[in-house]
Amino acid sequence: MMISYFDPDDHVLVEKLCLEKYKFSHGDVVMFRSPSNYKEKYIKRLVALPGDIVNIPRSFDRVKIPEGHCWVEGDNSDCSCDSRSYGAIPLGLLQGRATHVVWPPWRISEVEKKVSQGRLLHY
Amino acid sequence: MSGLRFRFLQFPWKTITKDAFDGTMTVAKFLLVFHVSDTYICTPTVTYGASMLPTINSTGDLLLADRLSARFGRIRRGDIIIARSPENPRKIVTKRVMGMEGDQVTFLVDPGNINSCKSVTVPKGHVWIQGDNTYVSNDSRKYGAIPYGLIEGKAFFRVWPLENFGSLSPGSHP
Repeated sequence: MMISYFDPDDHVLVEKLCLEKYKFSHGDVVMFRSPSNYKEKYIKRLVALPGDIVNIPRSFDRVKIPEGHCWVEGDNSDCSCDSRSYGAIPLGLLQGRATHVVWPPWRISEVEKKVSQGRLLHY
Repeated sequence: MSGLRFRFLQFPWKTITKDAFDGTMTVAKFLLVFHVSDTYICTPTVTYGASMLPTINSTGDLLLADRLSARFGRIRRGDIIIARSPENPRKIVTKRVMGMEGDQVTFLVDPGNINSCKSVTVPKGHVWIQGDNTYVSNDSRKYGAIPYGLIEGKAFFRVWPLENFGSLSPGSHP
């Protein structure tokens, strides 16, 4: 869940043009099918792309993202079913990128890209 | 001069505009029906590569893949499916499903060595795919079971080449 960013009952606009070339950037909010149940779709933030090395929070482990995969995490770090529980997910499971909140009317806004510092290792 | 103006006014502008509009609408309707059926019902797909010999030729066959089976969870062991590769989401691979979630799959890590056996349980929501030509196929034996969500369709019919026109027989190929 992305409690700190979206409210429950927010309706978002998800664009699928990015699926043409699977061109995503760090910090995008993406929608994807769950790897353990293809019928469920989740919305999380894209933290790492193929080839990146990501620090796992509250642990000294690091994971290198294999080719064709990505690391997704919810903004709310405490309870979130994301890559911290099932690992890097194949990019083929992504269904689109959330660009705007469109309902309710007082929440209409653009979805911001947020890249948290210190999650990725750079050499 | 007045003859030219007369001919200009006599020109059937209204009928031409109407015909052009109707023609455009017909093309637009056709494209819409084609797009919807291609995305949600049935799609043609060209295969290449030798990983599914002898079932599918290495020189490129034209198959029909239905999209409804994958959407409604009706993929079974032995089906030939088209799926997005977990190594590259822009690549579509054609393989056979050899294990559903919960199944115990036993395979040879090295196809030439009968002693290199390995057993794996397919996790929840995943399927184990293998090419019929185990010597050259890059499949779950290398990258593990793939999430069911990567499956794009089930190949059920071969259109080209004409000598092999007909439905692809289901059933587990050993």
